[in-house]
Amino acid sequence: MKYGVIVFPGSNCDHDAYHVISKLVGQPVDFIWHKETDLSKYDAVILPGGFSYGDYLRAGALARFSPVMKSVRKFAEEGRFVLGICNGFQILCEAGLLPGVLIRNKNLHFICKHVKIRVETNNTPFTSDIEPGKVLSIPIAHAEGNYFCDNELLKELEANDQIVFRYCDDDGRITEEANPNGSISNIAGICNSSRNVLGMMPHPERACEEILGSTDGRDIFRSLTNSIEKRLKDGR
Amino acid sequence: MKAKVFVTLKQGVLDPQGKAIHTVVELLGFEPIRDIRQGKFFEIYLDGTLSVSEAEEMVKKIANEVLANPVIEEYKVEIETL
Repeated sequence: MKYGVIVFPGSNCDHDAYHVISKLVGQPVDFIWHKETDLSKYDAVILPGGFSYGDYLRAGALARFSPVMKSVRKFAEEGRFVLGICNGFQILCEAGLLPGVLIRNKNLHFICKHVKIRVETNNTPFTSDIEPGKVLSIPIAHAEGNYFCDNELLKELEANDQIVFRYCDDDGRITEEANPNGSISNIAGICNSSRNVLGMMPHPERACEEILGSTDGRDIFRSLTNSIEKRLKDGR
Repeated sequence: MKAKVFVTLKQGVLDPQGKAIHTVVELLGFEPIRDIRQGKFFEIYLDGTLSVSEAEEMVKKIANEVLANPVIEEYKVEIETL
């Protein structure tokens, strides 16, 4: 099994993701510069957080044209796993690999704090080992994390069980007060209809060690690693 | 030849920056102002070898693929012959 962490100019959570995969998950991982185009040796790629291309134009709008993104699209079409965190989520939306878009936080603030998110489904390779309804404590750090889509798409996401995480209170209730950025329906993370591409604004790679205040992020990396193992065992 | 591209948020899409600007403008005493929406403006300088309609077609493609995100934004293109 091999993980890859894609590095765009302006990525700044790439080392955190690399650290978690190599040291805590204990799997081989490479950095992949955004000009690379060969992803054939990887089973999962992570698009990390940061400010690719300085967030110029719109967050993720320029990174989506990086050479590696054509390969990421192909990689996703092959059923392999793509995890976009924060800016990675924004890039996946801009690239059309995930539906909808992330706009300015409702209150305009850059919000950097631990939030609670509820796992809405375990029917994804990223949450397969997590009990639905479980509340995770994971930090967010963004100014454009306000998930937006039209009502039609929202209904579709709900009907297809594509909403993977929602902002919630300590008891797992989905309330307006628990919504930090104005996201429609408290959405914190969604997957594509094939379920192998996940985008989330919270940073699970920053919540994998006690000293950082939470280890809940490990649930996601453990699920993903087990899903890769299963996929490899199935010979796909 | 110069192309002007105006990118604006679709109606119904929240514009917290426009709202913040609105609040400040009202604080300065300008009224009555119903709403302020923020957008983006691009100037694209083109080689004179394109016809106006070719230029318009190309710039619309640029706007659609790069400058605007059609999920939340719309655009208007104007071609100016210098």
